[in-house]
Amino acid sequence: MHPFSYTRAANTRQALDAGRAGGRYIAGGTTLVDLMRETVERPRTIVDISALPLREIMVTRRGGLRIGALVRMSEAAAHRGVRALYPVISQALELSASAQLRNMATIGGNIMQRTRCTYFRDVTAACNKREPGSGCAALHGVNRTHAILGTSDDCVATHPSDAAVAFTALEATVHLLGPDGERTVPFADFLLRPGSTPNREQALRKGELITSVEIPALPRPLQSGYLKVRDRQSYEFALTSAAVALHIRGGVIHEAKVAAGGVGTVPWKLPAVERELIGQRPSNVLWTKAAERAADGARPLRHNRFKVELLNGPSSANCAS
Amino acid sequence: MFGAGPADAAQASPSSRVTLTINGERRTITVDNRTSLLDLLREHLGLTGSKKGCNAGACGACTVLVDGRRVNSCLTLAVRLDGAEVTTIEGLAKGERLHPLQQAFIDHDAFQCGYCTSGQIMSGVGCIDEGHTGSPEEIREFMSGNICRCGAYVNIVRAVEQAAHGK
Repeated sequence: MHPFSYTRAANTRQALDAGRAGGRYIAGGTTLVDLMRETVERPRTIVDISALPLREIMVTRRGGLRIGALVRMSEAAAHRGVRALYPVISQALELSASAQLRNMATIGGNIMQRTRCTYFRDVTAACNKREPGSGCAALHGVNRTHAILGTSDDCVATHPSDAAVAFTALEATVHLLGPDGERTVPFADFLLRPGSTPNREQALRKGELITSVEIPALPRPLQSGYLKVRDRQSYEFALTSAAVALHIRGGVIHEAKVAAGGVGTVPWKLPAVERELIGQRPSNVLWTKAAERAADGARPLRHNRFKVELLNGPSSANCAS
Repeated sequence: MFGAGPADAAQASPSSRVTLTINGERRTITVDNRTSLLDLLREHLGLTGSKKGCNAGACGACTVLVDGRRVNSCLTLAVRLDGAEVTTIEGLAKGERLHPLQQAFIDHDAFQCGYCTSGQIMSGVGCIDEGHTGSPEEIREFMSGNICRCGAYVNIVRAVEQAAHGK
């Protein structure tokens, strides 16, 4: 691990000042410390933001949610409001990582976490995300776990977060605070597709902090859930996952919010699936028909063609349950 | 104020002073900022009960409690723990009286080589405190952050059940 200086921000102003001076924010640290040890991350200054007042979960008017950036994954998953209003979020969180990591990692850090691509984590391999211009060893390497959607010739790494898949499905917004004040970014615009600059992963300006993630209110009753398919039953990243929320009234689907994880360079919203569902009556035929649209535009690699089929299955199964 | 001094070119690695309580004992220590809690325990304080398996948060052998919550000490920077309370496997027994989960591990023969055991027990204590012991399935899911290469899982789950429900 490379040497670094450490500062603890007592308040937001101190954090922003240190961030503007080039300091790297640390919250739970589960990704950052791990990658620093691999020398993938080499921050000179670490700014500890754990003392900032960003630990609240609020139920907003009409039943939306605002989750503070420093709320721990385990706290958010266990929160009554989250469990009652958006089971898809608590399920996505509880199916992530391990109990220990969920006690450390925060909501803000969870959406900031970096890819698990093994070439990214190996400093001797070519990786445009880690070392712009060095190439992509995954493109023609062992790419079984890599993305089939949103890829470019420069990067095929997946975004590893489960919670971010739920946030994408629910059309959340990210609240940011920076040297120039507050702003809000739709979740879909916050995480960036790699294109020719895979080293740019979030729409963050220098020194900006995530303060909260807001889930808009959706019509009730709302049924929602998260389904995750992986190589082992627990404590593993998704090969494919699906976050689904449905508002069914009078036997007809009026709202459908669907996104997939483990298959895209960012959590992948599935508008074509949503369109197939809206206005229809739930049935197994409908689930299958809608899920056939889940892999629209997929560009499989040598070792991950199976993900196309896998993506259709969970989307269908999750709607059904 | 921002405590740690500036990086002294390439030579000296910045260090910081932290005061924390480990197994009830308050200590003030100067640590290289890079030091993990696990290395602080093992290499600086001689508390070698917490084990280093993967050093990457993937195996759970290093699990300890920080302010009552189970965490991976290998991914915890010691410099961040000013004011924290840490409990390790060495701090679990009350004198000669074992913690109920330690006793349950013996009763159920819940280990073979023993390397993962302190992490399993600390994680089990956290699992019981969190209330995730409603069924063997729930225990398995919420103990999945602790890997046992000997495969003592069946007895580990029984031991956690016994300590949680006295059966």
